[in-house]
Amino acid sequence: MTLSSLTKPWAATSYGFLDASAKRELRRKMLKAIAVPGCQMPYASREVPMARGWGTGGLQVTLTLVNPTSTVKVIDQGADDGVNAASIRRFISRVSGASETWDTLAASIVQSRHRVPEEVMREDQILVLQVPNPEPLRGVEPNISIARQMHADADYGKLWLTLYEQIVRKGRIMQGAAYPSMVNGRHVMTPSPIPRWDVPKLNMAKHLTFLSAGREKRLFAVPPFTRVEPLVFSDRPYRVEDHADLTCRRSGVSGYFMNELPIDGGGSAFEVSDSNLGIKAIQQSEGAAIEVGKTWYRNGEFSA
Amino acid sequence: MSLDMSPAALTRAEPRLMRAEPLLTMRDISKTYGDVRALRHVDATVYPGEVMGIVGESGSGKSTLLRMMNLEDTPDSGDYSLRLPNREDGNLFDLTRYERRMLCARHIGIVYQNPHLGLLMKHSSSGNVAERLLIAGERSFDVLRAKAREALDASEFPLSRMDARPIELSGGMQQRVQLAKAIALEPALLLLDEPTTGLDVSVQALVLDTLKRLQRDRKITMVLVSHDLGVIRTMADRVMVMRHGEVVEQGLADQVFQDPQHPYTQQLVHAKL
Repeated sequence: MTLSSLTKPWAATSYGFLDASAKRELRRKMLKAIAVPGCQMPYASREVPMARGWGTGGLQVTLTLVNPTSTVKVIDQGADDGVNAASIRRFISRVSGASETWDTLAASIVQSRHRVPEEVMREDQILVLQVPNPEPLRGVEPNISIARQMHADADYGKLWLTLYEQIVRKGRIMQGAAYPSMVNGRHVMTPSPIPRWDVPKLNMAKHLTFLSAGREKRLFAVPPFTRVEPLVFSDRPYRVEDHADLTCRRSGVSGYFMNELPIDGGGSAFEVSDSNLGIKAIQQSEGAAIEVGKTWYRNGEFSA
Repeated sequence: MSLDMSPAALTRAEPRLMRAEPLLTMRDISKTYGDVRALRHVDATVYPGEVMGIVGESGSGKSTLLRMMNLEDTPDSGDYSLRLPNREDGNLFDLTRYERRMLCARHIGIVYQNPHLGLLMKHSSSGNVAERLLIAGERSFDVLRAKAREALDASEFPLSRMDARPIELSGGMQQRVQLAKAIALEPALLLLDEPTTGLDVSVQALVLDTLKRLQRDRKITMVLVSHDLGVIRTMADRVMVMRHGEVVEQGLADQVFQDPQHPYTQQLVHAKL
């Protein structure tokens, strides 16, 4: 008996930066996260060549999912060309052999900070959201042991109370991003700091969404066709940002989530936050044969 | 011939109160914290619509017993049952944490001596009341607002300040917010842990008046813990006297105060007089 007869022949099974055991652990936690939608799963967040808080959670999930046949898109606040987005995308591509893209329709994995793309994602795509703070109860219960008990008991009264207080004090709900949302009728999650505009995109979506926080060492998931319902009072309907009538000054598209840019002399200009959608619109207007996918919003109204 | 001073011998149950089925029954409750025996084989029965007063010196086990009634703590031994509509009898200490929380939210209200234990100081007073309704599943903002207003009004809290934070309020006002929070869901049982301690005499009287009116109008069953015999005498129908974790005497309030049997009760009553 020789040592080689007791072991499997070597095979290149590990794509990407992480070692096989790290990926195995992450895959197990990702499967658990899919099995219990919205429930936070702790994992041993590894070191990656990037500072904690810059998307290490999302990067680890992407590195676990990626393989040489993958096509990766990385966006930062909707933009593909941000320094952080470009660096992460190139890193993933370099260590895994995956292809890079800016096009949502062409991507198999979309890693994002703070936005869900405007084009509807398909069943064969995975969205990985970078999450700074995965705990929706952090603001109302700083003690993590008690917060876990509250999740176990579905005790979300204090989150509702926060919304009640906002209406009492300000006349409306002021939660602009990371709006607490009930997943599959059981766990409340914070859907990372995506704007209110993007939360309906996660409800009954065809794609799988992972939300991962590297610094906090927790990940959770929204499986395809799963209910994601923002916490909302029955007589105070959920409202997205009032961007329906805004027009992008560069691409001319309107009815999508816009970035507001202050201009000299006062006032604001607007640019579409999903930069690739804007680029596609410009290319189309110049006569290029560019496919723009179906979008979640039409003329500012959620329609998907 | 020696005088029998056992709790059983000094229990003077009255037929009028015993006619109804008890709302609350505790049997043989014992609790030890380290070397301290906080409760020793305590039995307690509370009938619907009555005010049961629990008196005793500091450390006698009054508040521990009240915490048991509010299912905040579990005894080393003993049974606890509440007769509630659509609920089977059974030892409440066997419930899971979640079941306890839901039962307490819906059926038991509590007012603590220290408002910091019962209130979220950074939230509005109406929000504190609304929280209880939210736990019970109310999801309409307008209904929450209306019910909070109603409960605060019933507690004689000035509605012009319903959105003030408790931390901005006086002690008496904080107790009223606690009271409003406790009665918002019209609980079967209202527990009051020294609700007037630390308040000046005039505010004490106002809070007691509110409690009396609530008890008269809503027929809420109350358990009132106090070391102040005057408060107990004003409020309680029946009295339970505790010492060193044991019930040494219980009976109708008038009887206990006018004709105390146990030497400790006699000492308490005479000290007060």
